[in-house]
Amino acid sequence: MKQLLIFVRKEWYHIWRDRRTLFILIGMPVVQIVLYGFALTNEVKNSRIAVLDESRDPATIKLIQEIGASRYFNVVRLIHSQKDIEAVFREGRTRMVVVFLRGFQDDLLHTNHAQVQLIADASDPNTANTLTNYASAIIADYQQSLNQGQTLPYQIKTQIRMLYNPELKGAYNFVPGVMALVLMLVCAMMTSISIVKEKEMGTMEVILVSPLKPFRIVIAKTIPYLFVSMVNIVSILLLSVYALDVPIVGNVWLLMAESILFTITSLSLGLLISNTAKTQQTAMFTSMMSLFLPTLLFSGFLFPVENMPVPLQVISNVVPAKWYYIIVKSVMIKGLGFASVWKETLILAGMTLFLLGISIKNFKIRLA
Amino acid sequence: MEERVVVEKIVKKYKTKKTELIALNGISFSVGRGEIFGLIGPDGAGKTSLFRILTTVLLADSGKSSVNGYDTVREYKKIRQCVGYMPGRFSLYQDLTVQENLEFFAAIFDADIKKNYRLIKDIYSQIEPFKDRKAGQLSGGMKQKLALSCALIHEPEVLFLDEPTTGVDAVSRKEFWEMLHRLKEEGITILVSTSYMDEASLCDRVALIQKGEILSINTPEGVREEFRRPLWAVKATEMFRLMNELAGDPAVASCYPFGQYHHVVLKTAGDDRGVLEALMKKGRYEQAEILSIKPNIEDCFMALMNK
Amino acid sequence: MEKDKVITAKGLTKRFGDFIAVDAISFEVEKGEIFGFLGANGAGKTTAMRMLCGLSLPSSGEASVAGYDVYRQTELIKRSIGYMSQKFSLYEDLTVRENIRFYGGIYGLSDARIKEKTGLLLQQLHMEEQGNSLVRSLPLGWKQKLAFSIAIVHDPAIVFLDEPTGGVDPITRREFWSLIYAASDRGITVFVTTHYMDEAEYCHRVSIMVDGRIDALDTPERLMKEHDAASMDEVFLRLARKATRTGE
Repeated sequence: MKQLLIFVRKEWYHIWRDRRTLFILIGMPVVQIVLYGFALTNEVKNSRIAVLDESRDPATIKLIQEIGASRYFNVVRLIHSQKDIEAVFREGRTRMVVVFLRGFQDDLLHTNHAQVQLIADASDPNTANTLTNYASAIIADYQQSLNQGQTLPYQIKTQIRMLYNPELKGAYNFVPGVMALVLMLVCAMMTSISIVKEKEMGTMEVILVSPLKPFRIVIAKTIPYLFVSMVNIVSILLLSVYALDVPIVGNVWLLMAESILFTITSLSLGLLISNTAKTQQTAMFTSMMSLFLPTLLFSGFLFPVENMPVPLQVISNVVPAKWYYIIVKSVMIKGLGFASVWKETLILAGMTLFLLGISIKNFKIRLA
Repeated sequence: MEERVVVEKIVKKYKTKKTELIALNGISFSVGRGEIFGLIGPDGAGKTSLFRILTTVLLADSGKSSVNGYDTVREYKKIRQCVGYMPGRFSLYQDLTVQENLEFFAAIFDADIKKNYRLIKDIYSQIEPFKDRKAGQLSGGMKQKLALSCALIHEPEVLFLDEPTTGVDAVSRKEFWEMLHRLKEEGITILVSTSYMDEASLCDRVALIQKGEILSINTPEGVREEFRRPLWAVKATEMFRLMNELAGDPAVASCYPFGQYHHVVLKTAGDDRGVLEALMKKGRYEQAEILSIKPNIEDCFMALMNK
Repeated sequence: MEKDKVITAKGLTKRFGDFIAVDAISFEVEKGEIFGFLGANGAGKTTAMRMLCGLSLPSSGEASVAGYDVYRQTELIKRSIGYMSQKFSLYEDLTVRENIRFYGGIYGLSDARIKEKTGLLLQQLHMEEQGNSLVRSLPLGWKQKLAFSIAIVHDPAIVFLDEPTGGVDPITRREFWSLIYAASDRGITVFVTTHYMDEAEYCHRVSIMVDGRIDALDTPERLMKEHDAASMDEVFLRLARKATRTGE
């Protein structure tokens, strides 16, 4: 046990004393999240919108005026039929269309209920979200001003439709994606590099000649990176909750446990790479090409896997990040419990055991 | 003599796509307890491959070897308990301090620094004042001492030192060999490799090794006695011209510069001095000097290389 | 002027903070001389050599190399010297010819001249057949000889050799030295550091650095006589043992 502790301490010295790398390891996820955060809060001003007013009554005209007067919106087009909506968006510069159906004021006055439709271009999900929120607020204000002194309140129902990206994939996708990427990078790449470095420096030779068991070497090499990964997970989650307003809907501990599982998966991948790589450069490029890229492409957070050709969909199944991504999304965003992700967890656990097994078995007790 | 290291017909080849490099071509020898055994040869002679095979981190293609009675292939775990190894480049952690390096290597060999301090005291006390300095900032000589301390901390019975003096200055080299002789007194068997021929005389026995083959195994004295032909040292004012002329002369078997002199072996047997004097006179060399000398290890090595 | 002075140093000093790596060294080296530059690890050899090669600015003192000032004319110095060390010399993944071509090109040799030099050099080293082999595949001794020949491919005034023969077998080591003698005969000054003390005896003059200063400078013969020693090894040990400095 003491052997192991001293070995881990040594690894920790390596990490701690190489401040630049440590800074990158800890800072990278923060920077990624913050950069994205900036992109999110990008203020929406004078967005071009179009109006389809089938009522043309005082109420709709008043509302259109209110919306147009806001600093967020610029009514640039009046369109005349539902068919034009699509065309307006296709032109590209219009961000949102406000639709009043026939008889808006009549409905409002006689039934106390009326409907407004907000149709937004959600290919840029954040902007779409912000715009519909602002527009809804203006409509709510208007409704309130109507209701002053009324016994039976008027209700305007705002119906929101997101075009092109109905699920508003954005920050909600980004956070789990960054988590998968960062863990993959920190664990797999750094572990493989740190082992290969010992080969290059010749220290591995002495360690091999020692009575230390390969299993312990492997464990000692990975523990510090497990720790760094935990720091990263926590910092990403904190940032996502407090800076990006992406809440953790599900159980935090379940999320952490799943993350640790995925960390171990990545660590074993790193070990596997270090078994074959001879130089730090090779280790780095192998990690990049065989882990980083597949994670980026196949985990589903940049490109929806459902839309890929079938062969690629099949390939995506062997990418551990895909399963982790599904788990994080389910737990963190959708708030589902373990009962809903046990299948994915099992797959991930199976992969981990398999990878860990072969990387320890293949750990060279001799030089090549 | 209790045999601590036995090497029998060890062959090691490195294959690449086009070429096959024979690192060790069926070499055999054995080393007794408490012996300092030197493997003397240039880079690429196969010394490192042999050390790696004996320390169980490399497998031979054929042949058998054992350390401390344990087979290097089957019983490698037992060997790893009882040997100390200092690979070619002093393998220390450059970003760890002197003390941290020692603690680490003690830990992985399951050794108690306090208990075994006696063995490394002489060596480690010299670098102890710098124990908080990072190993990367030490001079060559100090790195070498630290690496030796690390290799000794678990009281190994057999010590493998692969080129411990390469790149280290003459003073540190001398001190290093003095340390080895003290370790020998402790009964530790030492296998040491070097490309400095002059270090051969500091070993109990040496194997001269070149291109994976052993040229000679003997005591340093014995190696020198194997050099049967008379050896001459000659000197004059124009050494470079003398060198070229002697080397080109049909009567000369070999002529190599050695410091201030050229060492010459003649093909003829008999009146060597006469032949040499005639040659020197013919070339009109000034301040000519001809001495009969005893060969050193380097003379022997070169003679064996040319065989 | 008795002879051309190719290197002159007066009070040349290099400080790193409080640490004086090279402490006011003064010496001269003549054209065609083989000058041995000895010292223990950490005595300041490397730092001194870097200043002379124009790679590091002195803290104080004067020096000129091949007639150029080490403060202001470092670019000119670099053109007129050659450099070879055990660690860094040739590109292992280029062929022998490609290496010659590359270094010839760096020093601005014309294509015709490079071609001529390549032929000459391969012939001198008896390596005609290996011209198109990768340097990686050559034995160490050949590499060293090739590296030296390439270091002087542009006929520099001076060639700096930093432990050129480490680990080489004794015969190759001597062949290497005969290349050095040949270069010296052609008028190229050779400035060499080595850990082999017998090699120190091949030098015309030898300087021994101890703790940043030059403690001895003379012909090997006179140094041995002066210190009543049988070999340069003894002279060196006697001087270097006085060193108080340990770090590098």
